Amino acid sequence: MTTNDTNTRKSIRQKHILDLDGLNQSDIQLIFENTDSMMEVLNRGIRKVPALRGKTIITLFYESSTRTRVSFEQAGKILSADVINVSSDSSSSKKGESLYNTALTLQAMKADAIVIRHQHSGAGYFLAQQMNSTSIINAGDGMHAHPTQSLLDLYTIKKHLGTISSKKVVIVGDLLYSRVARSNLWGLTTMGANIVLCGPNTLLPQDFLDSRLREANHPFRRIQIEENIDNALEGADVVMTLRLQSERQKAGHLPSLREYSRRFGITSKRLKIANPNAIIMHPGPMNEGVEIESDVAHGPQSVIESQVTTGVAIRMAILYDLITGNHSEKEL
Amino acid sequence: MTANVLIKGGRIIDPSQSVDEISDLLVTNGVITEIKTSLDRPRNSEVFDAEGKIVCPGFIDLHCHLREPGEEYKETIETGTAAAAAGGFTTVCAMPNTVPAMDNQSVVEYVLKKAKETAQIRVLPIGCVTVGRKGKQLSEMSELAELGVIGFSDDGDPIEDSNIMRQALSYSAGLKLPIINHCEVPTLAHGASMNEGWVSNRLGLKGMPNSAEEIMVARDLSLAELTGGHIHIAHVSTMGTLNLIKAAKARGIRGTCEVTPHHLTLSETLVMGPTEDSFVPLSRDAYNTNAKVNPPLRNQSDVRSMVEGLQNGTIDVIATDHAPHNQVDKTTTFQDAAFGISVLETGFGSLMTLVDNGHIDVNTLIKKLTADPAKLLGMDIGSLKKGNSADITVFDPSETWIVNPQTFLSKGKNTPLEGTLLKGKIKATFFKGRKIY
Repeated sequence: MTTNDTNTRKSIRQKHILDLDGLNQSDIQLIFENTDSMMEVLNRGIRKVPALRGKTIITLFYESSTRTRVSFEQAGKILSADVINVSSDSSSSKKGESLYNTALTLQAMKADAIVIRHQHSGAGYFLAQQMNSTSIINAGDGMHAHPTQSLLDLYTIKKHLGTISSKKVVIVGDLLYSRVARSNLWGLTTMGANIVLCGPNTLLPQDFLDSRLREANHPFRRIQIEENIDNALEGADVVMTLRLQSERQKAGHLPSLREYSRRFGITSKRLKIANPNAIIMHPGPMNEGVEIESDVAHGPQSVIESQVTTGVAIRMAILYDLITGNHSEKEL
Repeated sequence: MTANVLIKGGRIIDPSQSVDEISDLLVTNGVITEIKTSLDRPRNSEVFDAEGKIVCPGFIDLHCHLREPGEEYKETIETGTAAAAAGGFTTVCAMPNTVPAMDNQSVVEYVLKKAKETAQIRVLPIGCVTVGRKGKQLSEMSELAELGVIGFSDDGDPIEDSNIMRQALSYSAGLKLPIINHCEVPTLAHGASMNEGWVSNRLGLKGMPNSAEEIMVARDLSLAELTGGHIHIAHVSTMGTLNLIKAAKARGIRGTCEVTPHHLTLSETLVMGPTEDSFVPLSRDAYNTNAKVNPPLRNQSDVRSMVEGLQNGTIDVIATDHAPHNQVDKTTTFQDAAFGISVLETGFGSLMTLVDNGHIDVNTLIKKLTADPAKLLGMDIGSLKKGNSADITVFDPSETWIVNPQTFLSKGKNTPLEGTLLKGKIKATFFKGRKIY
């Protein structure tokens, strides 16, 4: 653990994980170290430790998801927590009152942690406002944030490239709607990466360049926007492609998926522009043939599958930290 | 309680007759009878000591939502007008987006009856432009006008169909009443819950661009020119809107507008909670549903342009757009929460910060709340002229107070100003000479 840190910490001392904007470099390092230990557990023959025995975790998914929900469930179960899955189709959760009432009900049941995914940005913040004794983990809220996905992306980059600092990370695609990208901007800038955003203007909010975000000490001040994919990929160490949903075409953001694919799809030919040892990432699920060519998705530079395994370890580390950590000092 | 009162020693400001002097004001039988220094108290008259305070005509609100009939759990005519009186208002214009809507005589008659029974101030109804506020067929405007509606509006929603808007402006011109439009192009504002900009991007919320308002303002001004009708733009919020209105006025188009206290004083960052920092972690107060309002709180430069518009006269009046909601409508995710702020009881206090900061003088502020809305209404109110109804507001310009929604008379506790220190407090409100607050 952190031997050079006089004030040795075992916890990030956060009650909730709602986004990465509140985590500093040493918090993220600590999560990485804990994830290393969890990876070791995952590699054992018998994947079970009693760390969270007697604790209750509820996953509350208002939006369908397989990989994230299963990842949290597996993480909780390996740590011996009781995991209860609640999913609510969007029809029964149409009225927000039910989220409020659900929050009160789950609080009364004394859950130790709630993992929430919701189609509305800020849903996790709403739960955190309503509940005083339960840790909230944001597993994706609207277009806003997806912090555990981002942490596993950061961890994956660190493992493959040794460091994140000064690496050129190109994020390609639907930045307007992407909660993964928004969380990654905080995480990557905190860890010192150089970020280039690339996509069509209609999916690339120029508000990332607002003068308010260009202030001298703002972490986003060095983010660049580049509309030409070939220029963006020049010297890239990490290429992060984002899922392009067909709804974007219907909403008028794009003429066609075909044209998008030709302009921004990551092909093996394009990948040659990036650094030879560049890695390819994707938060999933992929539209192979649209934002990423199958050969690239399953090629030697792809780390997409290892992202999934890492996801379980990251979530074990987060669950363990929030539930057992001392977070009386900080609320968020 | 008698309707005879002597208000002594206050600074009397009445923009309708350019009065600004320390004097006494005498009310006899509910009517203003004299403004003069050192008036003696007549027999059977009460005395109200206004020393150190400002005495002015009761405020007129051209735009508020009283929710009755249909949404009495949010507000009633009784509670809404009590809140208005506490906020210094003696006349309020009630928007017709009730349930059912005020698109026919019986609903308007109901509102007038309720007002007569339960309101201590003047309630002037606004009629719907279209049947059921659906934007398809004109309501029976002439019949509504017979009952005394002061204009027509489908507020809450825009009049989307340009032809309907054209016909409405033309028809109402014959009735000499304005069409009040909530300008918002639906396809541009669809699904949006706040202003479009770096804050919406930061929060991952869909934003409304300024263009959604400005495009419809431009259309309405053009149609007003075409028809000779009177378009009154409700709750302006962008610099571009003011530029359009200014240019239209210069060309002689009958286009007027109002601004709310919140669009004059608050900006979009309030949605992130009390912090205005662009890079600190979001606080647990982020996604502040009490700051969700339509039109949305805009950016700083739009807020500044609202203040300039008030100074240079592009903006005709201040109106509250008081939009009370029940807590349940706001205790949810930002996207699901209802639009609207409960303004009647905080509006004047927040406007006084503009006076305190030297942005506008107190006489202009009072004018925009009294003489100017009265002029738009074409009514002989909002003035302390002899013989006028004694609708009077007395306030202390230097008294500070902290906003506590739990003390509101309005049922709507939905304010983003909870805990805010305001300077300038209503001390008394008289309607027809009776002290009602």
